[in-house]
Amino acid sequence: MHKAQAVAIPTGRGESLWLRSFRKLLRKPKAVFALVVILLLYGSGLFAHWVAPYGYNQQDLTAVRQPPSARHWLGTDGVGRDILSRIIYSLRTNLIITAASVLTGSLLLGVTLGLLSGYLGGKVDSLVMRIGELFTAFPGILLVILMAATLKPRVLELVRDFEDATGIRGLVRWGIVDYFVVFGALAAFSWIGMARLVRGQVLSLKEQAFVESARAMGASLWRILLVHLLPNALPPVIVSVSMGLGAIAGAEVVLSWLGIGIQPPVPSLGNMIWEGQSISVLQKWPHMLLPPVVTVALLIFAWNLLGDALNDVLNPKAR
Amino acid sequence: MLVYVARRLLWLPVLLASVTFVTFVLGRYGPGDPVQVRLGTKYTPEAAARLRREMGLDRPLLVQYVDYIRKALQGNLGESYTYPGRSVASLIGKKIWVSAQLGFAALLIGVALGIPLGLLAAYRQGTWLDTALVSGALFFYSMPVFITAPFLILVFAVKLHLLPTSGWQGLFSPHIVMPALVMGLPGVAGIGRLTRASAMEVLGQDYVRTARAKGLPEHLVQSRHVLRNAMIPIATVIGFSLAGLVEGAFITETLFGIPGIGRLAVDSIFRRDYPVITALTMIFAVAFVLANLLVDILYAFLDPRIRYR
Repeated sequence: MHKAQAVAIPTGRGESLWLRSFRKLLRKPKAVFALVVILLLYGSGLFAHWVAPYGYNQQDLTAVRQPPSARHWLGTDGVGRDILSRIIYSLRTNLIITAASVLTGSLLLGVTLGLLSGYLGGKVDSLVMRIGELFTAFPGILLVILMAATLKPRVLELVRDFEDATGIRGLVRWGIVDYFVVFGALAAFSWIGMARLVRGQVLSLKEQAFVESARAMGASLWRILLVHLLPNALPPVIVSVSMGLGAIAGAEVVLSWLGIGIQPPVPSLGNMIWEGQSISVLQKWPHMLLPPVVTVALLIFAWNLLGDALNDVLNPKAR
Repeated sequence: MLVYVARRLLWLPVLLASVTFVTFVLGRYGPGDPVQVRLGTKYTPEAAARLRREMGLDRPLLVQYVDYIRKALQGNLGESYTYPGRSVASLIGKKIWVSAQLGFAALLIGVALGIPLGLLAAYRQGTWLDTALVSGALFFYSMPVFITAPFLILVFAVKLHLLPTSGWQGLFSPHIVMPALVMGLPGVAGIGRLTRASAMEVLGQDYVRTARAKGLPEHLVQSRHVLRNAMIPIATVIGFSLAGLVEGAFITETLFGIPGIGRLAVDSIFRRDYPVITALTMIFAVAFVLANLLVDILYAFLDPRIRYR
């Protein structure tokens, strides 16, 4: 993947490279499987409000820890909440955090810094790469945990002030603080790999004639970066995003599982696994643990599988 | 080479200083006031101010940081908030040994299973076995520890009663099997994938064909030419799996009730015991930076074609 060279691939029959790649992708069974799983899981999460049979906090105290049945397809948990509905809402939580972290951390920050660093070189390059080195000197998860644990009260204060100042209510209750903390900690780490990848691409691309001619015609810095360099550096970026999405989705679950991510009552797969994993629960009610565990496993596996398939299609040389 | 190592070593203190400073500042900004924790019910503004001065918390942050580092270099990492009177160093000391043993066992599993499986996949290239091994590796490589752990507990402890569910009795007891396996599985997958790719590349080289063409027995071709060259990247992946082991340690040790530093870190975060968290982060970061440096140097030694500038 990292060895991938950005070369202009001749597109035959007037069909764009992207369309052709997409059709090639759809011919791969593993890619189709991955896409179906991802669409199914995140699709139900996105439309949780309409898809989920019950509310995520809706309790039925007459049906506590029920095994799967026609009324509750995946059974109920310790306080009589429908497990299927909680999983669907948890997927929504995961989707929000994952999308926000990838969009800002890896795409906005990572790609921009990578483009600038590779194209400008010199001091900018050194600065960006040294900062990146600093971040990778930490075992990532540890700093994410530390940031989530220490910065949260500050963010909470900020949001409270914001609520007082603007009169907007319910932000804190809705759990927006947890979202911000988890997303911020994840975004802070996800840009480095991407910046390095894009930088490597740009380093080889910027020596090519089309960039020089664009510069000779007086194209501005951002025009060269966004119109000329970015599209040519995209294939490995797409592969890396797909691989990274699995990792970020997993990291959200880990943080919530540790109790420093998304807090109850907002549902999260990490919380559900935490509640279901004690030995006594496992012995008597394995149905509380299996659904969230299988969901997380499927989700992460699907992202990685898709990344693998995309790699085959977009970087045929890297195999 | 020497110049490269020297430059990396010169850069090391800068890196470590930045890492420790960030950790230190985050710890200071964390919630919870150590003075309040210490005083408890005896809290009065005057007593608090006095203790703050005694503990040096009223000085500028940078001064506190330099002071902390100076003491840390002498082995004094401060006092725990949750266990007043206990030094952080004594709290961490024994637990590091436990975690090291567990990490070693996990690494051993990764190497012992990963290399043979990777080679097997490379030799059976393109068959169903290869496909099964590759997708299996992709699966386990991407699975977080807390997904595989409850599964194993459910099967081997709860249903089959083969292994104990939790606890720690040292390196040579059945208690270590499940945690080490859980932590080792991503390593098996990672090392396996790399071994396969590496062996496939070597198998296609001209010198392997030459060796076969001159009539060298196949087992000698394998041991002298294929394995030796395929091992180069594998030797270095061990350093990289350190990151995975650290991450795995947090969750595995918590899940299986193992008294190591991973569990201590998680417990300290819950108890907001910042001296312990800061010390642990620094220890992890230092180990991490040193391991990365070692891997880079090892890489250059194993493969003389690699030249660092």
